[in-house]
Amino acid sequence: MSVMREKLENTNETVFTAEFPSIDGGGMAKVEKSAARLAPWFDAVNATDNPAAHAHASNTSSAIAMKMHGLEPIMQIVCRDKNRLAIQADMMGAALHGIENISLLTGDDVTAGDEPETRRVFDIDSTQAINIARILTTGTYLSGRKINPAPDFYISAVENPAAPPFDYRIERALKKYRAGAKYLQLQICYHPDRLEKFCAGVAKIAPDLKLIPTIVLVKSAKPLGFMNDKVPGIDIPLDTINRVSAASDQADEAYKLTLELAKHALSLPAVRGLHVTDFRHDDSLDSFMYDLGQKPRN
Amino acid sequence: MLKKLLPFVEHAIKKPVWDCRMCGQCVLHSTGMTCPMTCPKTLRNGPCGGVRENGNCEVIPDMQCVWAKAYDRKVSLPMPTVWKEHFNELRPPVDMRLQGSSSWINLLTKRDQQTPAGWSTTDGDH
Ligand code: SF4
Repeated sequence: MSVMREKLENTNETVFTAEFPSIDGGGMAKVEKSAARLAPWFDAVNATDNPAAHAHASNTSSAIAMKMHGLEPIMQIVCRDKNRLAIQADMMGAALHGIENISLLTGDDVTAGDEPETRRVFDIDSTQAINIARILTTGTYLSGRKINPAPDFYISAVENPAAPPFDYRIERALKKYRAGAKYLQLQICYHPDRLEKFCAGVAKIAPDLKLIPTIVLVKSAKPLGFMNDKVPGIDIPLDTINRVSAASDQADEAYKLTLELAKHALSLPAVRGLHVTDFRHDDSLDSFMYDLGQKPRN
Repeated sequence: MLKKLLPFVEHAIKKPVWDCRMCGQCVLHSTGMTCPMTCPKTLRNGPCGGVRENGNCEVIPDMQCVWAKAYDRKVSLPMPTVWKEHFNELRPPVDMRLQGSSSWINLLTKRDQQTPAGWSTTDGDH
């Protein structure tokens, strides 16, 4: 049984997941290095699928590489690059390699990437993909063709708690839950009030759905400005950016901000863990985890 | 004959109002009378995570997100209650074979309700 399933379904423990850096060159040695950094702290790591519409080593191959290095992958599948045949093939490929955690996403548009001339696929959408993953676990492909034995997935998805239309996001979380998602990793959110409203709303209408907000470790105001300007669906209040840019020690202020956001997120209803994206690549990841009361696992 | 003519008539009527893309399986009534096929990602079950702070589309910055518009309309427009109830139902994948055919005929023949044999939902709605 995957650690994610075990912890989220059978315990009250807080789970920690992390974004595994995209894999380009450098082979397994590079994977080993990233894995060694994350392994002490995290229950599972995201194996992304061409994030921000940039090509990298594929989701399945990355997930396998993470598993080989002792990490539990959450394999993402986005709807942008593959049709329903290829998506089911990804899912069955994951099952073949004992990958249980799969996460279904819409995917950033091709225009967000470095090959904006690419053809968009979007043959199915993320909610349909969640439902198809659930259908596979009942022992058939979408066509009705039997799968024996059926794969055993622990299905998740992603939602943006801070992008319009806000009230609809809560209903959409319920929709994803009913389609088969057991937990949602949430998009980066610098509006604590919006996060609070979203989590309270989800706790009310989908009490069994677990939420894992995302926290980003940054070193200065610059990446905050970048996310605000360039990443669709992320809005960072000017006051927040100014708070970091005006500080005499930006790295320290950015760290304090991240810790505040993390503690606030962990205090909210329906929240069962945190997803951490590390853009600092310094020793602050360890301090951050200690400051959240965590201890290294090995 | 009708099968040939109707797609033209349907398109002529629905194109100017809803920018109809002739997917052949119309869901307008359940999507706040906003066509989800005009979403650049053709999402039929709600908005992506990229909607801008002003409610506009990630891909086309000067267009309102189709789903932001659909939700506004669902909340504010007078519509039969059952249409509003259908807003959150899980709409199945598009049947690409129906592209270009008349959804009116497909509605009458119930062809637009056919889903792949393995498709099921936990909603119990359909
Ligand atoms: S922002 Fe809205 S219209 Fe644009 S791609 Fe996303 S869901 Fe579709």
